Amino acid sequence: MPQLEELLAQFANGDMRAASRLMSVVERGGADAERVLDAMFPRTGRAHRIAITGPGGAGKSTLINELARAFRASGQTVGVVAEDPSSPFSGGAILGDRVRMTHAGGDSGVFVRSLASRGSENGLSALASDLADVLDAFGRDIVLLESMGASQVETRIRFSADTIVVVLTPEAGDEVQTLKSGLLEVADIVCVNKSDRGGAESLAGDLDAIMKIREKEGHWRCPVVMTSARDSDSVARLTAAIADHSRYLDAEGRRVARRVSSLKARLAARIDDSIRSAIWQSPMLTQRFDAIFERVTAGSLPPWRAARELAESLHIESRSSR
Amino acid sequence: MKRPLKVLIAKPGLDGHDRGAKVIANALRDAGMEVVYTGLHQTPEMIIEAAVQEDVDLVSVSVLSGAHMTLIPRIRELMNTSGLADVKLIAGGIIPDHDAAELKRLPGVAGIFGPGTSTKDVVTFIEGLFPGR
Repeated sequence: MPQLEELLAQFANGDMRAASRLMSVVERGGADAERVLDAMFPRTGRAHRIAITGPGGAGKSTLINELARAFRASGQTVGVVAEDPSSPFSGGAILGDRVRMTHAGGDSGVFVRSLASRGSENGLSALASDLADVLDAFGRDIVLLESMGASQVETRIRFSADTIVVVLTPEAGDEVQTLKSGLLEVADIVCVNKSDRGGAESLAGDLDAIMKIREKEGHWRCPVVMTSARDSDSVARLTAAIADHSRYLDAEGRRVARRVSSLKARLAARIDDSIRSAIWQSPMLTQRFDAIFERVTAGSLPPWRAARELAESLHIESRSSR
Repeated sequence: MKRPLKVLIAKPGLDGHDRGAKVIANALRDAGMEVVYTGLHQTPEMIIEAAVQEDVDLVSVSVLSGAHMTLIPRIRELMNTSGLADVKLIAGGIIPDHDAAELKRLPGVAGIFGPGTSTKDVVTFIEGLFPGR
């Protein structure tokens, strides 16, 4: 493989193979990854980042294919980072998002990168944001991030993009589901996909009613868009909603404010990760863990008390009572 | 941190049978590899673009249509001219022995696997291509 400096020079000249190899350097981590990210950081911030999230099977990949087609038709270049789960048993993964992304093939204006979650428990891992940085620095106008099938509580995703699109289908449940906390609260746009199926209109109506209740003066009103990949007009309505949101962000410095809070959250997550791994890798912890766990299995110590004792012995103030 | 081996599995050409490709994809995943599956009806150009964008360690194609003597040399040639000269290619499918022998003579074609190959043999073969990974 060429040297890093050479790859970075080729990257600056728009070489796709170099960009792709740099992404792999980032994926492998370590000092080289840090050097690449250092080189990317000053070049980021130009792309409009759109996260597409929602339950597995909602049609996220298919919708991304249609969005990519629409953005290409308007002359914009597109990058996609699509994340799929790694097997917790083998560590392997099947990354199948390209199957739906037929538009990508043969058009260098669409750069699709698949990513395995490798143990990350977020719908979009920190690595997905790093790869999005590379695509942003590579000059892509639009960067689409596809999360894994997301659960209701998956709200960290809001720090990964400028616009969050939550994709649901008519099978998503009744109106009580739409009232619940979580994913819907981070949506900038809600998409009722597979809208040719029964129940789509009533779900869209329920969602719209909720968004109306949540509407606040001077704030973004989350639109509900019905889409079907078979219907290009419906995809055009979605891209129009995305463009509206982009204009909203550009007014009154909102985009900058949002990016500042995203950066803060990404930084906090990094610190969290390094503290965690430092603690778990310390031999002192391993030793004490084994000793204290023996007392738990022997039945002489309840787990929550063991956790507190251990934390206190490491001089970590345990704030939770159990 | 090491990245697991990343393998592209593609179905070039017009045949619509991807059971074999899926069986291999599953076996490789179970062996701890990351498998990018492209789906059916890929042109050689689409396969090369996917391999470039994904930066895979290995390209694996499944051909059941009988067009292997056209498709496999074409894919290899495009890989060589697209900056993927150092990426190995393997293929599986209904490929007669004498064709397999001829294809294996192409530089960069690491292996050809005919009907009845066990998934274990494919995994072992791939792992052998990357000693130390």
